[in-house]
Amino acid sequence: MNSSNSKSFIPPVTGKSQTITLAHGSGGKAMRDLIDNVIVKSFDNPALALLEDQARFDLKELTSLGDRLAFTTDSYVVDPLFFPGGDIGTLAVNGTINDLAVGGAVPLYLSCGFILEEGLSVETLRQITESMKKEAEKSQVSIVTGDTKVVHRGAADKLFINTSGIGIIPEGVNIAATRAEPGDMVLINGYIGDHGAAILEARGDLALKSSIESDCQPLSKMVQAMLDVCPDIHCLRDATRGGIATVLNEFAQSSNVCIKLNEKEIPLRNEVRGMCEILGLDPLYLANEGKLLAIVPREYVERVKEAMQLLPEGQYSAVIGEVVETPEKRVLLKTNFGGERIVDMMVGDQLPRIC
Amino acid sequence: MKHVDEFRDPEQAQKLLEKISVLAKQVQAGKDRPIHIMEVCGGHTHTIFRYGIKQMLPPEIELVHGPGCPVCVLPMGRVDDCVALAEHPEVILTTFGDAMRVPGSQKSLLQAKAEGADVRMVYSPTDALSIARKHPEKEVVFFALGFETTMPSTALTVLQAEDEGIKNFSLFCNHITIIPTIKAILDSPDLQLDGFLGPGHVSMIIGQHPYLFIADQYKRPLVIAGFEPLDILQSIWMILNQLKEQRHEIENQYGRVVQNEGNHNAQEAIEKVFELREFFEWRGLGSIEHSGVRVREGYARYDAERKFSIPNLKIADPKSCQCGEVLKGTLKPKDCKVFGTTCTPETPLGALMVSTEGACAAYYSYGRMDSFESKKEPTT
Amino acid sequence: MCLGIPGKIVEITSAENKLALVDVGGVKREVNIICIVDEEHPPESCIGEWVLVHVGFAMTRINEEEAKRTLELLQELGEVQEEFQAMKNSAKENL
Repeated sequence: MNSSNSKSFIPPVTGKSQTITLAHGSGGKAMRDLIDNVIVKSFDNPALALLEDQARFDLKELTSLGDRLAFTTDSYVVDPLFFPGGDIGTLAVNGTINDLAVGGAVPLYLSCGFILEEGLSVETLRQITESMKKEAEKSQVSIVTGDTKVVHRGAADKLFINTSGIGIIPEGVNIAATRAEPGDMVLINGYIGDHGAAILEARGDLALKSSIESDCQPLSKMVQAMLDVCPDIHCLRDATRGGIATVLNEFAQSSNVCIKLNEKEIPLRNEVRGMCEILGLDPLYLANEGKLLAIVPREYVERVKEAMQLLPEGQYSAVIGEVVETPEKRVLLKTNFGGERIVDMMVGDQLPRIC
Repeated sequence: MKHVDEFRDPEQAQKLLEKISVLAKQVQAGKDRPIHIMEVCGGHTHTIFRYGIKQMLPPEIELVHGPGCPVCVLPMGRVDDCVALAEHPEVILTTFGDAMRVPGSQKSLLQAKAEGADVRMVYSPTDALSIARKHPEKEVVFFALGFETTMPSTALTVLQAEDEGIKNFSLFCNHITIIPTIKAILDSPDLQLDGFLGPGHVSMIIGQHPYLFIADQYKRPLVIAGFEPLDILQSIWMILNQLKEQRHEIENQYGRVVQNEGNHNAQEAIEKVFELREFFEWRGLGSIEHSGVRVREGYARYDAERKFSIPNLKIADPKSCQCGEVLKGTLKPKDCKVFGTTCTPETPLGALMVSTEGACAAYYSYGRMDSFESKKEPTT
Repeated sequence: MCLGIPGKIVEITSAENKLALVDVGGVKREVNIICIVDEEHPPESCIGEWVLVHVGFAMTRINEEEAKRTLELLQELGEVQEEFQAMKNSAKENL
């Protein structure tokens, strides 16, 4: 697999003005070239460099880390590809790392499948693979196997990525959405709605300008720090599409409890608030990409919060509510104003209102 | 946030609620029903539900939700017309967000978009005009909705298009007027209302004068109210005060935004571009005279109804739909036969379930507190 | 269609086209100021003013005096109630 001597009639992908063509997906020299010079070059790790059809792992090594394998997959289709605070690549890596992390797993390896639209610039792909590499390095995770397909113009929106990931769950960790109990407390690791607001702005059709950035970040280190002080975390989930409202409703329903939130305690940036006020949106339903909700036994909540606050991804952590018995399967919010209302599951996409 | 946070102060709220409680008891004493106060404007409905104001008020006061949600009162036939426009291959249909999900007889704009129609969400009619500038080969139609609050923006955008000589821009005009609506409510035989929370932003445009007949002829108080929760509480207190003193006047709580004469520039723009329709169809309320506007003859080239042929059919609401009664305030959302069963925000049967200002959607999403049988925990 | 939010005008982006940049809690958006300008109030004079923003238009100036008055009224209402409550409490104590 020596790329330096490939002399195909499609020039090697080194120039900035190059675009992806169907030839890059056909399995021939052009595709080999693309993989070598862009993808493998970016991801750069021993397992991937072997370029076998599958990545292989020593089971003994894995079982020394815990007693369960965690396995997850997610696809990323965000538009625009680049936005303040990240790009589709950072989402693809951190999103899957976080799905593993909230199960208590230490994330280890990722796969990466690309579907590229004919006409995508190679430079764009390179920027994204570099992003992915940087994020993977931050979490000490390797991208060890993958696939690349190219489809006709119009058959995909620039670039779709699928990442699957495996991690190992240490013994004794037992996190599940069914485990919330009356008396437990609800924690979040920082400001809500940053990602949703950043994407809305980046899409451009609402012509808003702010300095809001996506909060896309890996949470695995923070989860391990939380488990260190409280091995018996009851529930943990990252709040992505649908916002914190969706995750909390999932917990309330799965555990058959009521979650009561205190609006005053929910961290919200002024600018995200401003955007919501202009557009008539509710920040509880805005997407996040670096936030998790944790439900922990009451006697541990302060310790867990302090452990979170020691890390940059948790410095604005806050206790935002508690679990009570009734009304079951409901999330209630005590508003800043003093009244109480329910926080329902989101219906469809939140649309800006003008009323 | 200035001009916002001060009007959301919970301590002020508690003090005001105590006063309201005392006053309400005095006003309601000896009567066989609670005091009925109606808010006409969808924005007020939203604030009331979002801040849990209903539960904070004493039982002597009942808030009745009026038909002030322009998205909710759109007849299905008009939605079908809009979908038909969107499905023209040379049309880019631009619309406010909350109008995208209203169901027509076959589909909503959102569904039409999924099927290939070029439907785009905009925050402002001027954004629609921008799209027209960028795409001279297409016709950009703006789905113009709203009461008098939004009419000036639409009118000013048409005037701007005229100024710049833009030819590929037009409106599908569904603007409605508030006064005939309130009159229709007052004339409704099965309604017993004691006072009104007046629409703050409509009043910003039209001023106080148009409401005088409510006080003079119908002898009911109306207080023009702002949209923050303290504005609403203060306005309720002002209505109670009037009732106690047996006055019926038009008062303005929203003085920081509403001037007595309204907004002159805005009124002028509306007058230039629009004229009253003889009657307009309202979902659930039927036909109301002089309740809608259309584009004047002089601006016909900006009127999508004249530029395109549309089905223009009158579609009846589904038989099980009781939107009309809820709109008039004679039926509570939770008492509608299909509320929460066949009619939910996910599968709306009637328009009141579509927009988050619709009384039913607001109640479903925020307000079903009173459906909990178990005793509430004391709030900390 | 009543969603209006207070914002501060921070820049005039085009006096000719009557466009200004308004700041709502840190988020900026260009708005049309035609409703609030006339001979006595040219575009430049709007900088620093608080306006009500609705669908991309500055519909009206927020009257600071009126705003203060409303807040004072609210506070008075609260104080009267406090006095009343204090009277009630002392009456109870004296029984």
